[in-house]
Amino acid sequence: MTDTRIEQRAPRIGESAPRPDGIPKVDGSFTFSSDLWHDRMLWGGTLRSPHPSARIRSIDIGPAVAVAGVYAVLTATDVPGNPDYGLEHVDQPVLATDVVRYEGEPVAIVAADHPEAVRLALDAIVVDYELTAPLVDPGKAESSDPIHPDGNLIRRIHLSHGDQDVVGEVVVEGTYEVGMQDQAFLGPESGLAVPAEDGGVDLFIATQWLHGDRDQVAACLGIEPDLVRLTLAGVGGAFGAREDLSLHVHLCLLALYTRRPVKMVYSREESFHGHVHRHPARMWYRHHADRAGNLVRVEARLLLDGGAYASSSSAVIANATCFAAGPYRIPSADIEGVVVRTNNPPCGAMRGFGAVQTCIGHEAQMDRLATALGTDPVELRMQNVLAPGDRLLTGQVITGTAPVAEVLGTCADHPSAATLPSDPMSLPGGAGRTTDPEHVRRGEAVALGFKNLLFSEGFDDYSSAICRLEDGIATVTCACAEVGQGFVTLAQQITREVLGVDDVVLAPASTATVGSAGSTSASRQTWMSGGAVQAACEEVRTTLLTRIAAEHGVDPDELVLADGRVMSLACGLEIDLAEATAEPVESEVEFHHAPTSALDENGQGDAHVSFAFSAHRAIVDVDRDLGLVKVVELTTSQDVGRVLNPLQAVGQLEGGAAQGVGLAVMEEVQVLDGRIRNASFTDYLVPTALDMPPVEIAALVEEPEPGAPFGAKGIGESPSITSTAAVVAAIRAATDLDLTHVPVRPTDIALAEA
Amino acid sequence: MTIARTVDDACAALAERPDALLLAGGTDLMVGVNRGQVRFDDVVVLDRVDELRGWRREGDELVLGAGLTYAEMVRGEIPTLVPALAQAARTVGSPQIRNAGTLGGNVATSSPAGDTLPVLTALDATIDLRSSQDTRQLPISRFVTGVKQNALEPGELIEAVRVPVLDGPQEFLKVGTRNAMVISVVSLALVVDRSGRNVRVGLGTVSPVPLRAVEAEAHVGGCIDWDTGSVPDTADVDRFAALVAGAARPIDDHRGTAAYRSHAVGVLARRALLRAFPGSAP
Ligand SMILES: Cc1cc2nc3c(=O)[nH]c(=O)nc-3n(C[C@H](O)[C@H](O)[C@H](O)COP(=O)(O)OP(=O)(O)OC[C@H]3O[C@@H](n4cnc5c(N)ncnc54)[C@H](O)[C@@H]3O)c2cc1C
Repeated sequence: MTDTRIEQRAPRIGESAPRPDGIPKVDGSFTFSSDLWHDRMLWGGTLRSPHPSARIRSIDIGPAVAVAGVYAVLTATDVPGNPDYGLEHVDQPVLATDVVRYEGEPVAIVAADHPEAVRLALDAIVVDYELTAPLVDPGKAESSDPIHPDGNLIRRIHLSHGDQDVVGEVVVEGTYEVGMQDQAFLGPESGLAVPAEDGGVDLFIATQWLHGDRDQVAACLGIEPDLVRLTLAGVGGAFGAREDLSLHVHLCLLALYTRRPVKMVYSREESFHGHVHRHPARMWYRHHADRAGNLVRVEARLLLDGGAYASSSSAVIANATCFAAGPYRIPSADIEGVVVRTNNPPCGAMRGFGAVQTCIGHEAQMDRLATALGTDPVELRMQNVLAPGDRLLTGQVITGTAPVAEVLGTCADHPSAATLPSDPMSLPGGAGRTTDPEHVRRGEAVALGFKNLLFSEGFDDYSSAICRLEDGIATVTCACAEVGQGFVTLAQQITREVLGVDDVVLAPASTATVGSAGSTSASRQTWMSGGAVQAACEEVRTTLLTRIAAEHGVDPDELVLADGRVMSLACGLEIDLAEATAEPVESEVEFHHAPTSALDENGQGDAHVSFAFSAHRAIVDVDRDLGLVKVVELTTSQDVGRVLNPLQAVGQLEGGAAQGVGLAVMEEVQVLDGRIRNASFTDYLVPTALDMPPVEIAALVEEPEPGAPFGAKGIGESPSITSTAAVVAAIRAATDLDLTHVPVRPTDIALAEA
Repeated sequence: MTIARTVDDACAALAERPDALLLAGGTDLMVGVNRGQVRFDDVVVLDRVDELRGWRREGDELVLGAGLTYAEMVRGEIPTLVPALAQAARTVGSPQIRNAGTLGGNVATSSPAGDTLPVLTALDATIDLRSSQDTRQLPISRFVTGVKQNALEPGELIEAVRVPVLDGPQEFLKVGTRNAMVISVVSLALVVDRSGRNVRVGLGTVSPVPLRAVEAEAHVGGCIDWDTGSVPDTADVDRFAALVAGAARPIDDHRGTAAYRSHAVGVLARRALLRAFPGSAP
């Protein structure tokens, strides 16, 4: 990421700030991690297991070493430090040793002077596999032989809340299934490792958490963390898929071994095998209500398929369990959340993190309940929404803002701009000319959901930032990974707001210059790194004003910083900021959020910092005979605390909704017998402009959240939580079908038994 | 690499190196190359051969150059002269793909999902083949021999595709899991020949090679009221749709199930027929 400087009354908090990388990304001049280059560099490549489950009898690298231009062929025995890594559980081998547990698991790595030599060398490695039957049914994981020394159960949470003997007058039950979604970022995994004189290595990489990666990489390399220096390279999307290590250790191993810079770029197909996906889910629910429509109890059994390695599964199942029933007041609950290990592709973080799957379940249930009660589904929700002071299923009382009723009301009541389709292209089937207006049935539905912000369950999370003010120019240093969320503009806006300057330089994000900023995930960076920048700037302001007050014998409280000047309204003092900061002022802070606690054996505890709520209303047209869907309109309201950058806020709401539409109607990594059948953008379909309707923003509900910088809540994940549930519900409304599998496939509609 | 300027150039280069790959728009070939599935030593580049570009009319026939792009198929007179071809071309890929991809490339790839193939099948198109030695013509039904297999001989290229200009409506419909830029799950072309008093139907993605639904064609041919342009009896529309569905020989794959494909192709058949004969009882 290049330094960015903006002149002339540049945007403050609450004003639209265009992204410095916006135009370069559109015109192709932005440098992504895959564009990295070094004149002396070698190319790296990875040999992956073609089998989802096998024992490795032997690996013969001899023929590969003999390929002209090959500098290194490394296997597990060449990993000097910890053989395994992992985000929460260290259970994933850097390179497979005696077994492979999923299709695509890295087995060996190669460095050569040309990509073609890499390919020839990879082809030449001889691995003798003894195939074993893969465990592919998550329902059988716990009763099957362990496929990993840590066992097949990754985590079970049993949440028990309130009186367990409650039974409702009206009870609805349902079973739902969510397929495996991929983050489908456009920039595949890539990076460049450069060996350093001091025995360390510099790694330029597209990632979500530089320091988190650094510590894992250093442990595997067996060297001190400060010898591994990570610098953020241009990120082509992340959405959770860059939380885990991919080629990081491999690149560093090859660079240290060959003493040459090494670059690696995954192909698209390799990328599908090279990162975690959203957990597929099987969910059973039973909702109890009284005749008046008050929810009295919810029971649920949630089973997530974690795939071969743990990744962030433990945290995902915690979210799924805690938010299983949605943002409703429910006095009694019995929820079991289980995530297991199988020989399917590993699953982990993706935008919405466990709350996406359960929102699909609880919202389908709310609609069933409305039908059973004969009430309007929006009214039923409104009657049960959470409000400040209410208890969650975890027993936690909501102490922050929770404008749930307003979010739901504004979204549901927003006038629709949807008209009947006139252009044949905008009918279901689109360019395929399949559908005439008389084949279309329209459906409409609303979904409501929520999720925690920031890390939970007692994790002491923080971000670090340095602010330096010199010659009137502020320089902000923070290791926050910009993955598209907009920190680049935000750090500048916050600094300008606090220091009254226009010139703000954002230094490159690196582990070498500043402490950890934490992960760009969990909708946390605006709050955490934004908070760190705000605190650092405020310290700088205090130090500076104290110094000037002392120099001029005035009260520091009289002084203000504005428009590039230090001024006192009381005594008329006015000093140019550049002059005042000829001697620089610098401050470094570590910003922590309020502590949380672990969940107890009943899944109870004050485990979360804050919550964000959202609603979507979807209008869809469905061609029932062919099972084709056109999403006509999406309307949303979201609880945002405060809008810091309106342009970016709209971008997040639109992008998140597009990912939600994708999951509703097309996005599914199809896995058969442990193998991915559609590892390409030819067959893993994401929405095009014809599939994605305009997003109408009914309301950005601004109730400032205590403890958050400027009251702003994270907004990145909510849009992808409720959009899917709304679209699926609208398809149900149009077809009168149960549609329990998401994504809804054409065959689910066309061949459904009436 | 040979950058051919004339068909003779290209044929001569091919004669010298019969293993050379022909490169037109590259929208199929380069996918294979980038995936490491297609390896080659020699390439003969066709996109600067003027003779392969464009199209001309010869009596009741259009001679479509192998280098005709999808973007060109949806412009000018082709949408009027061969509507189904223009409709099929519009469903292909994205604007970038339609600018680069060619008819010859689609025919030579001979994929069951190739979108021009059901149209060419319904039209009984003829493929003009040429080598340094020889020219020959094959009907489309004998050109495509299997999944991505065809009768092209080493040293041979496709010069043009001949289709009749018919008097009557034409329809192309394609089902995909996305509303644009999607590979066909099932597709259907229906062309009406008023002077020959027949209806011809080509099916895509429901068998290894594009199919004609001959039984369905024969049935419906006898039920049409040619004066009013309608199929008076609903039962005949149903029967037509059922016969088309029955003609399909689909498989289950990651894009769709065989059951769905058979069902969907029947739905497409009914809709295409009713669009072509709007006065019919639905
Ligand atoms: C993103 C994307 C979307 C696509 N969408 C569709 C779609 O919706 N529908 C569809 O049908 N296809 C689609 N395709 C496939 C492709 O665009 C078409 O098949 C196209 O017609 C290929 O033509 P081309 O000129 O690019 O062929 P090339 O890639 O240049 O060549 C393809 C093959 O044909 C051979 N060949 C080319 N010209 C001749 C000739 N004159 N004589 C003999 N052999 C020849 C080549 O040697 C090669 O084997 C898509 C491809 C991409 C990348």
